[in-house]
Amino acid sequence: MDHLYFFLTGLTLFFTFLIFATIFYFMIKYRRRSEQERPPATQQSLPLEISWIAIPSLICVFLFLWGASLFFAAARPPQGAMEIFVVGKQWMWHLQHPEGQREINQLHIPVDVPVRLTMTSEDVIHDFFVPAFRMKMDVLPGRYTSEWFQATKPGSYHLFCAQYCGTLHSGMTGTIEVMTPTDYAQWLRDNASTRSMAESGQELFTRLGCDTCHLADGSGAGPVLQGRFGKQVTLRDGQNLAMDEAYTRQAILDPASLPLPNYRPVMPTFRGQVSEEQIAYIKSLGSGERTRVP
Amino acid sequence: MSTAIAEVPVESRMHYLNASYGIKSWLFTTDHKRIALLYLGSITLMFFIGGAAAVMMRLHLIEPAGALVQPETYNKLFTMHGVIMVFFFLVPSIPATLGNFLVPMMIGARDLAFPRLNLLSWYVYITGGAITLYALISGGVDTGWTFYAPLSTHYVTTHVIATSLGVFINGFSSILTGLNFIVTIHKMRAPGMTWKRMPLFLWSMYATSVIFVLATPVIAIAMVLIGAERLLHVGIFDPAIGGDPVLFQHLFWFYSHPVVYIMILPGMGVVSELVTCFAKKKPFGYIFIAYSSLAIAMISFFVWGHHMFVSSQSVYAGFIFSALSFAVAIPSAIKVFNWTATLYKGSISYQAPMLYALGFIGLFTMGGLTGLFLASLATDVHLHDTYFVIAHFHYIMVGGAVMAYLGGIHFWWPKITGRLYHDGWARLAALVIFVGFNLTFFPQYMLGYLGMPRRYAVYPAEFQVLNVLSSAGASILGMGYLIPFVYLLWSIRYGPVAGSNPWGAKGLEWETPSPPPTDNFEETPRITEEPYGYAEPEHAHV
Repeated sequence: MDHLYFFLTGLTLFFTFLIFATIFYFMIKYRRRSEQERPPATQQSLPLEISWIAIPSLICVFLFLWGASLFFAAARPPQGAMEIFVVGKQWMWHLQHPEGQREINQLHIPVDVPVRLTMTSEDVIHDFFVPAFRMKMDVLPGRYTSEWFQATKPGSYHLFCAQYCGTLHSGMTGTIEVMTPTDYAQWLRDNASTRSMAESGQELFTRLGCDTCHLADGSGAGPVLQGRFGKQVTLRDGQNLAMDEAYTRQAILDPASLPLPNYRPVMPTFRGQVSEEQIAYIKSLGSGERTRVP
Repeated sequence: MSTAIAEVPVESRMHYLNASYGIKSWLFTTDHKRIALLYLGSITLMFFIGGAAAVMMRLHLIEPAGALVQPETYNKLFTMHGVIMVFFFLVPSIPATLGNFLVPMMIGARDLAFPRLNLLSWYVYITGGAITLYALISGGVDTGWTFYAPLSTHYVTTHVIATSLGVFINGFSSILTGLNFIVTIHKMRAPGMTWKRMPLFLWSMYATSVIFVLATPVIAIAMVLIGAERLLHVGIFDPAIGGDPVLFQHLFWFYSHPVVYIMILPGMGVVSELVTCFAKKKPFGYIFIAYSSLAIAMISFFVWGHHMFVSSQSVYAGFIFSALSFAVAIPSAIKVFNWTATLYKGSISYQAPMLYALGFIGLFTMGGLTGLFLASLATDVHLHDTYFVIAHFHYIMVGGAVMAYLGGIHFWWPKITGRLYHDGWARLAALVIFVGFNLTFFPQYMLGYLGMPRRYAVYPAEFQVLNVLSSAGASILGMGYLIPFVYLLWSIRYGPVAGSNPWGAKGLEWETPSPPPTDNFEETPRITEEPYGYAEPEHAHV
């Protein structure tokens, strides 16, 4: 990434200098000395035209491939990244750790550990931007986006909302506190939440009566959720979808839009009654982790 | 021919300015030259209103906590600046003024194909402009000129409907102008004026007109959909009522990226004329400059997604848009190289219009090269929505389009008014603008690289030094824009009489007296030679 920057900056300087120097040279050498002078007719040169089409084209192809491959590598989070949930709303950031700690406009993370953010917005489009990590991603209402990073140096870094989101857009800022592993463990203990996200979700799962249909043994009116997260789901019309966060969210908020074969569409919407915790719980069922009991 | 005419005092000869008098003779005129002046007056007003908003923003940003206004007011200021400068100044700037004046003259026609449609387009512009100004002054709007949904459709309480109505209406004026130019260039060229004998300015106006006609309907659709969702709660963009928040960005940028080329292509056309005239040279690579205008117009429709690399658009769509964005850099580079090569072995003089043209080439080169940082996917993720983007597009829009516009106004001013302005003041103004511009916007590249996001009313203290530099530059730039306003107006009354061709330029418009008669040409000219015959021996009429 640094190399790409150096290269682009060098290229910009080179061509700027080339054009400026050539123009200045011509400006002085061929300044008008008398009103009567007749310059020679312009010579056309096809080889020259072709070369200044071909050379920039080749440079552009090279730059495209370079930029795109870095982007592609950065688009895929590594396995086993630490998960953080992010909810943006006018004009603050809610962040939640898998262990249950909640933070506002501040995120504590350990150094040298990949961190994956799963983000959504409650209202307008925001953008989670940490200049020091050179990453940003829009945070949209009604769907999930994600980005990841791995901090390499402990310290305190700016967090900005980069997508204009209304009156206090410039106040929707915060800090990312990158800590050494021991400091981070200490911080987690000091701010221990009584329950992890998944546990809160489990309570909600029982309270809303989800468990009366989604029975673990498959005899209920709804499909089994255990071991399902991340797998393929086949809809009634034959469409195959991955059961990810966005799918889970849609299935809870608007179940009629995802009709499954072998199940009657009897599930009501739970719009306004569930939170990210519910999804964290269903996710924990899928990944095989047993919920931690304190 | 024209030497004889030039010796006749201007007042005693009939021309388009003294053909009739009174306010009605202007408001009901169908003369393309008078309509050009109606536009010139209106867009100059808009330029100073939009500029005033920019001055207040730069003053505000002198202090990290904001020196002047509340964040809400700041948001309204940058919205006002963007809406006015983009839709009501830059888009009509060169096409509606110089284009209106010159397209018929350069092809040897008496007027555009549809003179009344031309007048209508000005009235449409004035209507759209009046509604928008009303909205901005009676309380403002704070969505940004980008109107992103669902912010604009549900969350802000300001005059979104009125502003988008103004933009919607104004779009039709662009469409009418584009349509008029396309038909005129196709059907009304004088005998012998083949496509390849057309001045390069006309090629760029043609390419611009194609974008006017094809892209503008899409912004109209986007504005209507904003209205439909905001007023009637039809779920189009807001996911809370079943819409898709990214859809708006696709519609918006499908217009708003091509519109960037609406702003810069005419500038490229102007610079092609200026460089050839002041170097006394036929352009190097005429056909490459001409076709690169068309190439830019075509590719411009397929790069809109580079505004959306981090919008949750798919990674693979990002690849396509990135590659196409690099592709659009090539025709722009071709033009820069050809202009530079045109200077080779020329006889270069440095009157004011040429200084603007050379300023354009330099600033456009820098603006274009920094565009590569944004076309490249990995670096765009970092720089998107920061001051780097602001600096980049101001180098193109202000360093490029406005410099070319001013260069063009200075070049054709003697033709338009029949008077010469003071060349010393004009050169000084060009220099002040060039220095002020760089001082304003170069620090913004650095701010963006360091991570300062755009549209921030308050910012962390470490960005202050660069912001103060930028504001200082803006004050110089502001002064630079006021100087031409003064001496150009002064010249109308007190300037020396220009004569038909003060620059020794080639092109049909210079063969008419200044100011030209209402019908432009007494008899339809016949074109028998290639354009830009600077190398040929003097003709009797120069």
